[in-house]
Amino acid sequence: MFIGKLNGHFRVLLAGAAVSALVLSAAPSFAETPADTLVQAWAIDDTITLDPAESFELSPAEFLGNAYDMLVRLDVADTSKVKPGVAESWTVSDDGLTYTFKLKPGLKFASGNPITAEDVAWSFERVVKLDKSPAFILTQFGLTKDNVTEKAKATDENTFVLTVDKAYAPSFVLNCLTATVGAVVDKKLLLEHVAAVTPTDDYKFDNDFGNGWMKTGYAGSGPFKIRDWRANEILVLERNDNYYGDKPALARVIYRHVKESATQRLMLESGDVDVARNLEPGDLEAVSKNADLTTTSAPKGTVYYISLNQKNPNLAKPEVRQALKYLVDYDAIGSTLIKGIGEIRQTYQPKGVLGALDSDPFNFDVAKAKELLEKAGLKDGFSITMDVRNTQPVTGIAEAFQQTAGQAGVKVEIIPGDGKQTLTKYRARNHDMYIGQWGMDYWDPNSNAETFTSNPNNADDGTVKTLAWRNAWDVPELTEKTKAALLERDADKRAAMYRELQQAALDTSPFVLIFQQTEVAGLRGNVKNYKLGPNFDSNFVAPVTKE
Amino acid sequence: MSDTAMTRREWLLTDRPQSRTQARLGRAYVTWRRFTANKLAVIGLVIILGLLFVAAFAPLLAPKSPYIGDLKNARLMAPSAEFWLGTDDQGRDILSRLIYGSRLTLQVVFLVAVIAAPIGLLVGTVSGYAGGWVDAVLMRITDIFLAFPKLVLALAFVAALGPGIENAIIAIALTSWPPYARIARAETLTVRRSDYISAVKLMGASPMRIVLRHIMPLCISSLIVRVTLDMAGIILTAAGLGFLGLGAQPPLPEWGAMIASGRRFILDQWWVAAAPGVAILIVSLGFNLLGDGLRDALDPRSAGQ
Amino acid sequence: MSTADTQKPARRANRRASAIIGAIASFLVVVATTYLGLLAVTFFIGRVVPIDPVLAIVGDRAPAHVVERTREAMGFNLPYYQQFYLYVKGVLSGDFGTSVLTTNPVMADIRRVFPATMELATVGTIIGAALGIPLGVLAAVKRGSVADQIVRVVGLVGYSVPIFWLGLIALLVFYARLGWTSGPGRIDVVFEYTFTPVTGFYLLDAVINRDWAAFKDIFSHIILPASLLGYFSLAYISRMTRSFMLNELSQEYIVAARAKGLSESRIIWGHALRNAAVPLVTVIALSYAGLLEGSVLTETVFAWPGLGLYITNSLQNADMNAVLGGTIVIGSVFIGINLLSDLLYRMLDPRTRIR
Repeated sequence: MFIGKLNGHFRVLLAGAAVSALVLSAAPSFAETPADTLVQAWAIDDTITLDPAESFELSPAEFLGNAYDMLVRLDVADTSKVKPGVAESWTVSDDGLTYTFKLKPGLKFASGNPITAEDVAWSFERVVKLDKSPAFILTQFGLTKDNVTEKAKATDENTFVLTVDKAYAPSFVLNCLTATVGAVVDKKLLLEHVAAVTPTDDYKFDNDFGNGWMKTGYAGSGPFKIRDWRANEILVLERNDNYYGDKPALARVIYRHVKESATQRLMLESGDVDVARNLEPGDLEAVSKNADLTTTSAPKGTVYYISLNQKNPNLAKPEVRQALKYLVDYDAIGSTLIKGIGEIRQTYQPKGVLGALDSDPFNFDVAKAKELLEKAGLKDGFSITMDVRNTQPVTGIAEAFQQTAGQAGVKVEIIPGDGKQTLTKYRARNHDMYIGQWGMDYWDPNSNAETFTSNPNNADDGTVKTLAWRNAWDVPELTEKTKAALLERDADKRAAMYRELQQAALDTSPFVLIFQQTEVAGLRGNVKNYKLGPNFDSNFVAPVTKE
Repeated sequence: MSDTAMTRREWLLTDRPQSRTQARLGRAYVTWRRFTANKLAVIGLVIILGLLFVAAFAPLLAPKSPYIGDLKNARLMAPSAEFWLGTDDQGRDILSRLIYGSRLTLQVVFLVAVIAAPIGLLVGTVSGYAGGWVDAVLMRITDIFLAFPKLVLALAFVAALGPGIENAIIAIALTSWPPYARIARAETLTVRRSDYISAVKLMGASPMRIVLRHIMPLCISSLIVRVTLDMAGIILTAAGLGFLGLGAQPPLPEWGAMIASGRRFILDQWWVAAAPGVAILIVSLGFNLLGDGLRDALDPRSAGQ
Repeated sequence: MSTADTQKPARRANRRASAIIGAIASFLVVVATTYLGLLAVTFFIGRVVPIDPVLAIVGDRAPAHVVERTREAMGFNLPYYQQFYLYVKGVLSGDFGTSVLTTNPVMADIRRVFPATMELATVGTIIGAALGIPLGVLAAVKRGSVADQIVRVVGLVGYSVPIFWLGLIALLVFYARLGWTSGPGRIDVVFEYTFTPVTGFYLLDAVINRDWAAFKDIFSHIILPASLLGYFSLAYISRMTRSFMLNELSQEYIVAARAKGLSESRIIWGHALRNAAVPLVTVIALSYAGLLEGSVLTETVFAWPGLGLYITNSLQNADMNAVLGGTIVIGSVFIGINLLSDLLYRMLDPRTRIR
């Protein structure tokens, strides 16, 4: 009987639905974002925590870089230098072991609490004691759970003293302090949110230093504060009215999680967002041709490479390693797959870092590669597998390499997998070839030198799992050189040492470096002063205005 | 009774067949006529025959290599006289990739059917014939698998096995057998108590022999119809996995994966994603039309419903 | 002591009651074992995935000792049976664990994303039924005509087209080129902090809030993915409607009605469809369950923040707690809908009701 009733209304209902569909969709929605709000479309699914002591991914680096302040900050104008952050000035003792920082007076956290040297010391203490992923950036100076309260100490309200264990290059120490792990957190606020934990053998403390609350919480002093974060959906920054410096013009910055480049472009074109952050070459080109839109870009500290596991007997041959470097069609890849989003670079230090070597000796040369393979006794080539994560541009590059390597008889079988899957295999050294990217941990040449050209213990149970270790590349000499460069206090000499290491890598390493990432952003025409920095934690949004 | 005077048609349609063969052929002929009376079904058959033809002669039909492209000079070209359907992001000829891709599609469909149907048949007939706790346990397992959404379960399986076309096939097969088991069980239940089976039992046949030789053959025709109708679903699931990056590995020209990679260029180079989508649509439509026609032809009761 | 005569009905009632209890008990056993199987299968899959779940938490650049410590903290060093026991124990107390990806309890995440999927499937089913039933009736009444053939082909195309591809093309045409609808997502970011969800069904929420601007925006977001899903359920519903109608139209009471001189439209809509309605309810319920599944790919294409997207995202990040939780919820809904359609069938069908 309900069908009987339904029957009467049936046509009416249908007609109603059709009419309302027409009315509602008649006006193509050109949505404009609010004037005081910047809306960015960006893949932010790598954010897993907002605690500076734990966060070590790319997108949160940008959020934390804008929402927190560190003792010193990277000077975006000259990336081989640092400039004051919370600290007004600093001195290094003659023996190179003691760093004394004077804080700017009268600063406040977003919460209204004053920033004191005690907050700085406690920030160091919680990083070292929590001992999460980025903690090594500070512990490599000899800070341990037992000595941190002595080695990182507030001597008065405005003076913070850091004591390191060796006479490191001051540039190295200061560069490391610009990383997000060096963020100064609001001790008073955080103490209200610590959770009690039961001490264990691994973790000997009875509280979590607010780590649980900080996953989504905020206790900083940057120009913006983090108002809200919903994983894989949205992150909202809001102006911090207690910030000591120039107040941002924008009241709010919203990051909306959008993965696809094409979708980001559509949203940018239709005005749904002001900034699109993951544009691929084709979409980037379309955006740059659109009169309503502009683009901006900056080279980033991330390099893409193919690595060759030395456990594979074929790949262990020096000639094969070099031959493969001649089998990448750098020109074709540079002008298509990574056009606008990367620049060909064959050395492992990104452009702009102290001691970066600008040298691209390899080009696509099948004859040369065949010659080298013949020398290695592999005239007819060989078969090999390559683990590839199924994201662009690596999949495209892998496929292109598969074709060009085939021309010299090297048959590459691609094993696709998602990121975590290929990484699991890579970290267990079970791969043959792997294509991936490496982002600098902190803005200092030691970061990449240490991972590409040092391998203190090549055993399977080695504890320092650098990229050289992951590819079983045993290089005691280079390891020593890398260590020595760390203690060279003369910046020029230090730079020269790093250049030597890069040259050695070009000649012998199992790393086929392909390109350095360029970060790009497509912008609506009314967005001004939007600049990308060399690192994700220096993508500052405070200066941005909207007309 | 003059055979010679009969046309071949009359011979086939006679209501007094002289031999088993004649009876069988006669039945087949009736089925065939019922089938061909359905225009849509014939279109389906033609599509599938076309697919088989393309797959068999792919190397002759494809104008270019499906694997080697010209990245630098021929990337993302619009359809033209040289590249009928344009080129993809590696500068490869899309038409050639589609042609070779037909082999993968057939491989998936065929292997899934070959793996899933026998599993379903075995589980269903054993369950139906044995009854009791065997039936209860087997049907419980079947229900568990049926309680999962197929695609989600296949996704999980592929994630566990690792991406790749073989694993996609295994995953789809693992999720496809439960309905077959249900059908086979239902058919078994209807014949289990029949005089015919009782007679075989009296003759001392072992339960295994009864299931294998006497029950399974009875279930096969309804199973074939069901499998044919499922083929389109199998193709779509495989394409879905390929689309999510869990199907065939590059550079294999699997259609779903081709859509996935063409998706990035849909705004400016829409043909890259459009062509494989149309191919999937045509082929699975072909299987659906064919399956529909087969069901009507083999099961006159439900004809036209 | 009563007489044997009065004892009899009492005993019969008892027997009936115990039969009902027995049926309920065996039903519960069935549901319980199905659930346990569901848990076991998903758990097994979760543990053989060749992805290190610890990596999902600490990231690529974590030092070795951090990785080890996290592994122990998560209980991944325990034997599998213990891990399974702990997991089942958690689920029974309503705890699906914590999602690595979102850092929220999985239950909270699901509560947030599930309404999005339900809303999409509901609107899709409404569209599918509103168009599918009349089309099916039409095809049955004009059996063998061109109209019948067209309905048949439209239905079969619905069965044959890859939904993610059709979604892409629809986005390209209606959003990118024509600008008739909104793009991916559920609601524009403009409404992000003015619109407060109450039920989680945004269309309903907008009505409750009397926020018509938001309603318009939400509608223009949902119409495209819902129409796509609606097309698939239309394919199924129109086909089944046709079949049920053909069955009814051949019944004797129709002949009798015709003989009585009832108008044809009265016969079709008033009598035949009314009787076909009973099995149709089952069909619509099943197609609703099917749409929940179909939403996995649709949600990926339209970036719809529902359960399907949640599961695929989690799967790709080895976030097994989330995958298991999501799968169990979808599995439960499947079981629930099957039961419900069964129940409806019995309640609505006079023949089964009498029995």
